[in-house]
Amino acid sequence: MPSDRRLEREAAKRRRHRRGQAIAALSSIVILGGLAALILTSPGWPEVRETFFNWEVFKESFPDVLKAFWLDVKIFLVAELAILVVGLFVALVRIARAPAMFPLRLLSVVFVDLFRGIPTILLVFLIGFGVPALQLSGTPSDPVILGAIALVLSYSAYVAEVYRAGINSVHRGQRDAALAVGLTEAQALRHVILPQAVRRVAPPLLNDFVALQKDVALISILGPLEAFREAQIIESLTFNFTPLVAAALLYLAVTVPTARIVDRMGGPEGAVR
Amino acid sequence: MSAPGDLVLEARGVTKSFGEREVLRGIDLGVREHEAVALIGASGSGKSTLLRCIDLLEEVDDGDVFLDGEVITDPAVDPVPVRRRLGLVFQAYNLFPHLSALENVVLGERRAHGISRAEAEERGRALLARFGLAGREDDRPDNLSGGQQQRVAIARAFGGSPRVLLLDEVTSALDPELVGEVLEAVRALKREGMTMLIATHEMSFAREVADRVAFLHEGRILEQGPPDQVLSAPRAEETRRFLRRIQAN
Repeated sequence: MPSDRRLEREAAKRRRHRRGQAIAALSSIVILGGLAALILTSPGWPEVRETFFNWEVFKESFPDVLKAFWLDVKIFLVAELAILVVGLFVALVRIARAPAMFPLRLLSVVFVDLFRGIPTILLVFLIGFGVPALQLSGTPSDPVILGAIALVLSYSAYVAEVYRAGINSVHRGQRDAALAVGLTEAQALRHVILPQAVRRVAPPLLNDFVALQKDVALISILGPLEAFREAQIIESLTFNFTPLVAAALLYLAVTVPTARIVDRMGGPEGAVR
Repeated sequence: MSAPGDLVLEARGVTKSFGEREVLRGIDLGVREHEAVALIGASGSGKSTLLRCIDLLEEVDDGDVFLDGEVITDPAVDPVPVRRRLGLVFQAYNLFPHLSALENVVLGERRAHGISRAEAEERGRALLARFGLAGREDDRPDNLSGGQQQRVAIARAFGGSPRVLLLDEVTSALDPELVGEVLEAVRALKREGMTMLIATHEMSFAREVADRVAFLHEGRILEQGPPDQVLSAPRAEETRRFLRRIQAN
């Protein structure tokens, strides 16, 4: 049976909580409502609504934009897998200590500096138009594939550095302990260090994937009909920007959930270790 | 308890510097079969460094370490098979946090000693049970107390059936009430005749479990002998001073 004092405290706590909620609700209505009213009553609003949020145009264009968006989804899913593998490979080469690996280690440093330092759009252009211009046999000429390769190169450079940071963050004592139980350096990396490093860098990795999921639109400069390009075409025919807003919503539909997963992993509970 | 036999481990003239700092200045020390040698000395006297040099986690500068009469500190010797014949327990446990208690014990047995998964797990369970950890096999280190973690670490080091077990201040990171359970695990190993080199700050434990005590001071072994002699009637002034300081705490 709780004491009166305790009941009193709990009642006070509930009152405080209710009061807080009421204030938050009131403040939201006033500020957000005021903002909405300001926008909706401003003289330019009808034109803005007509140009960006035209429901008729939206209904008309959305199926085409959605269809084109599947290409984006396919590209970023395949690219993400490739980036995880290439990035890990580059990171492992870079931390390898064997003298025979020296030239590869040098190349991995150059790889990271190069592809991280070039604007992604320039890289997409360079590979997407440059490689076919060489007219070499055996090289891919599909702009979708070339564009994806450019994204994989660019993002693998970032991801390699994320992996490397993760590997370096695993305490030295872990390597000592792995060697002490008789593992080789490679086994220590494979069974002890990498599993811990990958868990630790999962949030920043996913964060890079959020960026990638929207950068897929850069491939549109090569011509493939992905969501942004499709929306742009409809826009140029209708002189209405609503299709681009539709495309924006589709990008948000994949980037926002990914971002929420990142939030949850890096949360104060520290669910990931 | 078996009587001490042949020399299993021997350090001859081992020196080690980190940059300008000379940590070991010529260590001569032998450990015989079934013998437990306690290594005492102030923090920074080189106890951990000596154990790490023996387990080839650090490269010695001069001198050599012999295991069963074979030199192990020669640059031509592959350190991996040597480490498989030694066990090292760390002050800070260094358990693998992403693995369960059982997996911590099994990893080395499977990957380093090539034992099948089923057999390694059976042995691992038996080992954990022996150190009072039955029922905790699936717990991650985070869910175990410090004393339990250190006992998992001892089981892990013992899992490779080492010729010599090296213990590096295994109770120093523990809350006082957890020290007893870990010392009991070491006592049990001693009863079985495990050959051990034990760096420790627990003088009463050294007296009880060690056949010989070696006092390390500024990178040299100043004196060694039976526990009663070194701990009760030390010859060197530095040993007396060290023991006084320890007892004052």
